[in-house]
Amino acid sequence: MTESPLVGIVLVSHSGPVATAVADLASGLAGGKALAPVAAAGGTPHGGLGTSADLIAAAAHSVDRGAGVALLVDLGSAVLTVKLLLDDGDLPPRSRLVDAPFVEGAVAAVVTASAGADLDAVEAAAREAYAYHKG
Amino acid sequence: MLDAEFFRRWMTATAAAVDREATRLTELDSPIGDADHGSNLRRGFTAVAAALEKEAPATPGAVLVLAGRQLISTVGGASGPLYGTLLRRTGKELGEATEVSEEQLATALRAGVAAVAKLGGAVAGDKTMIDALEPAVAALDTSFPAAARAAADGAEATVPLIARKGRASYLGERSIGHQDPGATSSALLMAALAEAASTDDGSEATGGDHGDGAAG
Repeated sequence: MTESPLVGIVLVSHSGPVATAVADLASGLAGGKALAPVAAAGGTPHGGLGTSADLIAAAAHSVDRGAGVALLVDLGSAVLTVKLLLDDGDLPPRSRLVDAPFVEGAVAAVVTASAGADLDAVEAAAREAYAYHKG
Repeated sequence: MLDAEFFRRWMTATAAAVDREATRLTELDSPIGDADHGSNLRRGFTAVAAALEKEAPATPGAVLVLAGRQLISTVGGASGPLYGTLLRRTGKELGEATEVSEEQLATALRAGVAAVAKLGGAVAGDKTMIDALEPAVAALDTSFPAAARAAADGAEATVPLIARKGRASYLGERSIGHQDPGATSSALLMAALAEAASTDDGSEATGGDHGDGAAG
């Protein structure tokens, strides 16, 4: 199990700083030695607010180690663009849009992936974050 | 029959209309969206016009596929994947033919609109592009001007609706009373199609009914 490749995580936000910060947060909380590859794909290529198909595709390929890639998104065009890339086959094999809250789901996904879990387990952990209520 | 030049003219006319109406589209997007629809689409269709001039695709299908790809990679908002899907799917349906009939275009556009609805998960009445596009493709059997008119009417008919998709849906009932920006730009796209057709042969309508003065 420890020999097998880790699932990659891509964090897609309308904002570059949000994507990067959530990636840092999730990686920081995951902590351990064998950290799953995480890439941020936030904003437009020119640094504005929005979504870039090119940035998302590049991020997904950069974290693909052969175990699949889980993509977590914030909203609107981020969701649509990832769906479109999946339909077009422009993402690595076994890439998946994970339906999860962005921050909590990212932490759950990175922690789980870093522990060597497979794509199904990473997705399940991220989705489970919906069940975490704060009040 | 409609050739690549016809489709290039359609896209160029759309780019001109979006450029002309960008301020209005953004104004419509201010109360219920994030005030970027006009500028996003202008950036996208400017890229479309430039790419078509540079690459000069030889078939109708290739024109639309290239246009759709440009929108997906340059717009940055939800209208990128949505309009990109519309044009690309329509283009793929048209295949490799160097000329297509109006019936083939109508059939292909219906597939394109269905793909948009599927991607966005929207149905008629959700206060989206679909509210202009579905009546437009239904009217395509009549004529291009009829389709343009149906799209403009469909866009105006979004005013009393509650938004159920996209950022506007957060506003709930407060979205009532505003014309949907996406439906409005869809009407521009269909008006540009009628415009391209009227340039094609003098027998079509003069293109005076572009819906660009439709003040809700």
